[in-house]
Amino acid sequence: MENKQTEYALDIQDLAVEFRTHDRTVYAVNGLNLQIKQGQTLGLVGETGAGKTTTGLAILNLIQTPPGVITRGSIFLQGKDVLKMTTNALQQVRGKTASMIFQDPMTSLNPVLTVEMQIAEVIENHEHLGRKSAIEKAGEMLELVGISKERGKAYPHQFSGGMKQRVVIAMALACDPELLIADEPTTALDVTIQAQVLDLMKKLREKNNTSMLMITHDLGIVAEVCDCVSVVYAGKVVEHGTLEDVFDHTLHPYTKGLFNSLPNMNDRGAKLKPIKGLMPDPSNLPAGCAFADRCDYATARCFQSPPALVHRTPEHCVACHLYNEQNIQEGGVLHDV
Amino acid sequence: MGKYIAKRIAYMIPVILGVTLLVFFIMHLAPGNPAQIILGENATAEQIATLEHEMGLDQPLLVQYVRYLGDLLHGDLGTSYSSGSSVTTEIMARFPYTIKLTLVAAIMSLVLALPLGIIAAVKQNTWVDNVSMIVALIGVSMPIFWLALMLIMLFSVKLGWLPVYGADSWKSIILPAISLGFMNMASISRTTRSSMVETLRQDYIRTAYAKGLSKTTIIMRHAFRNGMLPTITVIGLEIGQMLGGSVLTETVFAWPGVGRLMILAINARDTPLVMGCILLMTVCFSVVNLVVDLLYGVVDPRVRTMYR
Repeated sequence: MENKQTEYALDIQDLAVEFRTHDRTVYAVNGLNLQIKQGQTLGLVGETGAGKTTTGLAILNLIQTPPGVITRGSIFLQGKDVLKMTTNALQQVRGKTASMIFQDPMTSLNPVLTVEMQIAEVIENHEHLGRKSAIEKAGEMLELVGISKERGKAYPHQFSGGMKQRVVIAMALACDPELLIADEPTTALDVTIQAQVLDLMKKLREKNNTSMLMITHDLGIVAEVCDCVSVVYAGKVVEHGTLEDVFDHTLHPYTKGLFNSLPNMNDRGAKLKPIKGLMPDPSNLPAGCAFADRCDYATARCFQSPPALVHRTPEHCVACHLYNEQNIQEGGVLHDV
Repeated sequence: MGKYIAKRIAYMIPVILGVTLLVFFIMHLAPGNPAQIILGENATAEQIATLEHEMGLDQPLLVQYVRYLGDLLHGDLGTSYSSGSSVTTEIMARFPYTIKLTLVAAIMSLVLALPLGIIAAVKQNTWVDNVSMIVALIGVSMPIFWLALMLIMLFSVKLGWLPVYGADSWKSIILPAISLGFMNMASISRTTRSSMVETLRQDYIRTAYAKGLSKTTIIMRHAFRNGMLPTITVIGLEIGQMLGGSVLTETVFAWPGVGRLMILAINARDTPLVMGCILLMTVCFSVVNLVVDLLYGVVDPRVRTMYR
């Protein structure tokens, strides 16, 4: 494929998504930019309602209209804008160029179809195999995620949550996608299974050199699997950088707040410092910085105008009025409060 | 599975007992004396008393009922008061007509209702949806005898294309089947629509889209099978009801089915015949319900675990 040469597996420019219902409009994503280099994994981090899942769905152009409307922006998947594709072209992309692991394995499998059938379906669709060989390959995929292929004849309700998520992963990886979108793939699972599933995803990603978008609110997962991190707040990226940048040279007060609200393993008695307040109402976003209300560093300026991106390195950048070209290099702007 | 079916058939026994008991006593509460009706207006009190004695009608009600049950156990449904022939013969002469009408009406309604319901759900809130649901609403709310009369007026009286009543040629079944089928079509398509709308919102439908499947595949393979369950229930109810005899339709069109037979029997206070008709209705309904429950298992593997 000629578009293999593009630098980015995924390049989202200025994406904005709204959900319009009869009494209000929810601004879920508001000018979001995001790039994933070939073969890399990007963590998309933020709290519930920040627009992470909406972004993930938009990549496959899966936002339901109505009520969802993509009002502006472009999403280049291997160099091609998915928002300008025909239905046919989209069907080629979905499950093949990019595929998605959904958040809740309990509801994302069809209860009336066998597990192997649900995996075989993708293969049949994209690799133009007959039913029999597709089922055979589905069996191999099941083995790959650690389920014996004899279990393929079973239905989803006969599987545990962790096994269902493995099936979902097998389904997503069945056609060697170039980009894997994982939407909180471990949230619905209990902690011991979480580690297994993450390990499995890491292994499979390395084997096929798949690029990955890891949508999560869990910084632990980010530290474990990601190369880069984008922190989203109210539908915008507020800080972006490599894992090191964001973890060791935290710039945005919100990112800092996320770290502060994690338990400290070295000092288990220490009190957690949750971020005060709530995310702004997405149907009524403030004119200035969306985080200003909850920010300990906010000044009058923060409430008036939205901050622009300031770069610390070519990769690491932040959208916050605290920073300018000089002080971003010196650091030390954030102090403990 | 076999055990499950046997259990379900065993469950029919108390249902049949209850229904026969209820109908038996209600028939005796109804005004009018069978002996009087058989003998006509001019019969003397003596003649009536003699006949009542012959028929066992002078015995206590409970004795009569137990005697009836005893005969029923031997497969004897009794003798019709009005015709003098056995109830089984009477009913079996009529039942094929009811089956025929049911089949034609059911096929007609399904062929229309399923696509209509699915299209309405897929094109939710568009004019297609609105039009088909208005048609369905009319179908649900229109009294069936009125529709039947209107059909007769148009196609038989005005246009003269189809016979007004009877069951003499294949043409005779068209109008009764349309009136019966239209009502069923309405409720089936409304149920199909609402369950499909519900199903199309499920996460696994989004998963199916994310696999790059075509819309048709998604609707037919993923949504329809899941959306079928409530529809199957409604179809079962409708067919069960029609098999027991569609009283109104059969009466309006003088269709010689079980429904009409029952009305005639009720008017004649022909208790054994009424009991026979109602028994048939009960059995039909129970059997269809059992079939529906088994179909559930075919469609939804989660239900299969309950067959114990």
